[in-house]
Amino acid sequence: MEFTEDQINRYSRHILLPEVGGKGQKKIAKARILLVGAGGLGSPAALYLAAAGVGKIGLIDSDVVDLTNLQRQILHHTPDVGRPKVLSGKEKIQALNPDVAVSMYEERLTAGNAIKIFNDYDVVIDGVDNFTAKFLINDACFFAEKPLVHGGILRFDGRVTTIVPKKSACYRCVFKTPPPPGLVASCQEAGVIGVLAGVIGTIQATEALKLVLGIGRLLTDRLLDFDARKTQFREIKVKRNPNCALCGEHPTITELFDDGDPYAGCAVRP
Amino acid sequence: MQVKINGKAEEVAGGSVLDLLQAKKIEPQMVAVEVNDAMVERDRLGTTQLKDGDRLEFLFYMGGGR
Repeated sequence: MEFTEDQINRYSRHILLPEVGGKGQKKIAKARILLVGAGGLGSPAALYLAAAGVGKIGLIDSDVVDLTNLQRQILHHTPDVGRPKVLSGKEKIQALNPDVAVSMYEERLTAGNAIKIFNDYDVVIDGVDNFTAKFLINDACFFAEKPLVHGGILRFDGRVTTIVPKKSACYRCVFKTPPPPGLVASCQEAGVIGVLAGVIGTIQATEALKLVLGIGRLLTDRLLDFDARKTQFREIKVKRNPNCALCGEHPTITELFDDGDPYAGCAVRP
Repeated sequence: MQVKINGKAEEVAGGSVLDLLQAKKIEPQMVAVEVNDAMVERDRLGTTQLKDGDRLEFLFYMGGGR
């Protein structure tokens, strides 16, 4: 594949980087990145990955745009209220960069569809708002052997980490199971400062590009926590857990499963 | 004794990790605990004794994204 003169201009600031160059930009152009959730985290990730010239972006989201989304979900604009997020997202991505192919999945992620969808991508980005889905994404990435960039935001706090299945700590190595439904606040109750989605979603996109390019040091075996009140990052080392039910030495999770009704559990902090 | 909790030095009474969680009114099911970079399984929280200078991480679930 050869770039046109316009494409060479468009991506010139990438091509100038020794770590990217024309060769790296071609890797980006061939990359297929899946965004599970076209909301807060998915929005900045989608826009930066589109700008970067990612060959194919997949969007999974069963929701329509709601007025309350617009405070942070910058992929969607006021006239999009009531429209499917995947459609609104596709339009913004392709308005920004018509080079990008967009696949829309206007459905919920389930144990039934996850592997089949994930198989068509090189990297998965978690931008969902409930624990059931976060665990399902982690498990599906393990079985499909796809690198995952996990993210979470709540109030003024955000977290991001990269998981390379069978090589680095997975979400279950640290958190084992979703928290009991009765103990978690919903995102609607908890609130979130909108710009946090930009901070965390943009780091997720950065990790996805590093995975595609094969450069740098990934955010694996580390949780990066961000406190917007203090503008402070903290890094917490984590390790693969030999007792992990999914990727440990004696796994008890041997196939994908739907863990009951998804509840919109946001998080908790005493 | 003094320990570090999520990077911050704190005076604590000692005892087990579970005692500390209870003193702080943290529900053990809501947190993953690391002591000196090693994960402590939930069923070991009560038998893991705190030592002066321990570095603890209380990792809370962070679930939002939409």
